[in-house]
Amino acid sequence: MTDLVVRAEGLRKRFKTTQALDGVDLSMRRGTVLGVLGPNGAGKTTAVRVLATLLRPDAGHAEVAGIDVLKEPQRVRRRIGLTGQYASVDEDLTGTQNLVLIGQLLDLTTKDARKRAAELLEWFDLADAAGRPAKTYSGGMRRRLDLAASLVGHPEVIFLDEPTTGLDPAKREDMWGVVRTQVTQGASVLLTTQYLEEADALADEIVVINKGRVIAHDTPDGLKRRVGGLTLRVRPADPARVPDTLAVLDRVAAPGTNASADATAGARPGAVLVPVTGDTALDEALPALRRAGIEVVDLGLQLPSLDEVFHALTGDHTDDTPAKEAELV
Amino acid sequence: MTTLDVPVRNIVGDIDKPRGGALAALARHSVALARRSLIKTIRTPEALIDVTLQPVIFLLLFTYLLGGAISGGDRHGYLQFLLPGMLAQSLAMGGIALGQNLNADIEKGVFDRFRSLPVARSAPLVGAVAADVVRYLTVCVVMLGFGMVMGFRVETGFLPAVAAVALSIGFGLCFCWISVWVGMLVRTSGAVQGVMFLLVFPLSFGSNVFVQTSTLPGWLQAFVHVNPITPLVGTIRGLLVGGPVAGHLLWTVVWMAALLVIFVPLALRAYARRA
Repeated sequence: MTDLVVRAEGLRKRFKTTQALDGVDLSMRRGTVLGVLGPNGAGKTTAVRVLATLLRPDAGHAEVAGIDVLKEPQRVRRRIGLTGQYASVDEDLTGTQNLVLIGQLLDLTTKDARKRAAELLEWFDLADAAGRPAKTYSGGMRRRLDLAASLVGHPEVIFLDEPTTGLDPAKREDMWGVVRTQVTQGASVLLTTQYLEEADALADEIVVINKGRVIAHDTPDGLKRRVGGLTLRVRPADPARVPDTLAVLDRVAAPGTNASADATAGARPGAVLVPVTGDTALDEALPALRRAGIEVVDLGLQLPSLDEVFHALTGDHTDDTPAKEAELV
Repeated sequence: MTTLDVPVRNIVGDIDKPRGGALAALARHSVALARRSLIKTIRTPEALIDVTLQPVIFLLLFTYLLGGAISGGDRHGYLQFLLPGMLAQSLAMGGIALGQNLNADIEKGVFDRFRSLPVARSAPLVGAVAADVVRYLTVCVVMLGFGMVMGFRVETGFLPAVAAVALSIGFGLCFCWISVWVGMLVRTSGAVQGVMFLLVFPLSFGSNVFVQTSTLPGWLQAFVHVNPITPLVGTIRGLLVGGPVAGHLLWTVVWMAALLVIFVPLALRAYARRA
């Protein structure tokens, strides 16, 4: 398993009365994005701080880029980039000064540090603001500068702790683009996020942490399957045939469930939803519909949303994202 | 966002070895971090009030308001006595801001970034302390310059005056490690100021800064004699207006060494623990 770029076993960390990490195992394959999801206070940030050499765990073992985090932190630091939960750029320094300082601390010559700073500022669309103190930057610009700062040393492993918190959707997607580019260029990214869609969009694998423990580690689709509940969605060509469609689909419904009209707020009426146990339901549903002479214009099998998965796994239904019925389809 | 192709790795050579060895790296990193502190100082000149306006106000207050009463009417004589002492007091107070700034940096997460970089653990602190040279030099220039406008005269010569300034800056650099340590220990930068005032006030007033030690009650004299500010004031006084220097200087140097030996490790350890 030499291809694991992050490997942690049994990490434990206690802060006074809180067991922030209660035996966390993590693994990330080289060249992939690992999303770490969890409610506030789950231990995501603590785990990142341990892996980024900022915090010593009470127990456990961690390797980053094949190097022991506890035994050789300086070697790890030469291979990682870290962007913390809040933008930790220096407000009194200009964009250029911020990045040149990081470059110098990474042992680049001043000339190389300047070159790298200019390159990154250009790439992050900050070239025009390069000479201005960071305190004059907007929130999005600070975030970009902060992310740029973590890339100065061409890190093999990039840790992003909630990199898009507080950004508007367009800026968030810019940031996703940056992450994807880094990965195509060979870096590995571990990111924590509270946005499920972010993990869905970026992560090759997702780890769900709750109360200091890993409660799931799987691909996004694997997680969705695990919560079960595939949904078959059928739209008859003639809306008047919805009742017939319901009757037909009831026969393929998962035990204890029924087909129902899609009553989702905002959805175009006239579709029928039915929970099914597996994708063989499709093989039964199609001939049955044909036999009943129902013409279908739209038909599909849907996995549950990551929102649902998350809430199902953490048992947390009182979160700020209410279990939206809209997400069920 | 443009899509410039940024290569992921282009560092050549052994990336596990700091360029030029560990000591050279520490020096280089400290200088880089000191420059950061200096840029911050230049961008916020109001942060220099405690080493410019504040000592001047103290000097005016003690010379013109209290000086006559303390000295029995000889204001000029009192200024000659007071200024070297107030220089020492201002140096001690001037270090407080350093602890506050470091505390604020840690709270903001700026130091997390430094700690995730392959620099010596002490570099961020050493760099910040080194940048404080500018503040202590400012104190010296402002105090001597303004003092001369008020009538203060150096009675020894140019070289002793330069030596007094150099020693003052050196003492400031040693003394400020207390502030660095406190900055690592307490939670807010306001608390740094509170704790440091509790320390600096008795040290600067319970000394020979404002009055001759012989006028004090015995128990207070005992405190004055073991106060690190006292030999510093004695040395600066000797170097600026004449009088014995050697004995005071020896004790000053001993105190400076003691401050470093005690508070540098304490500060570094507190910094390491502060996560």
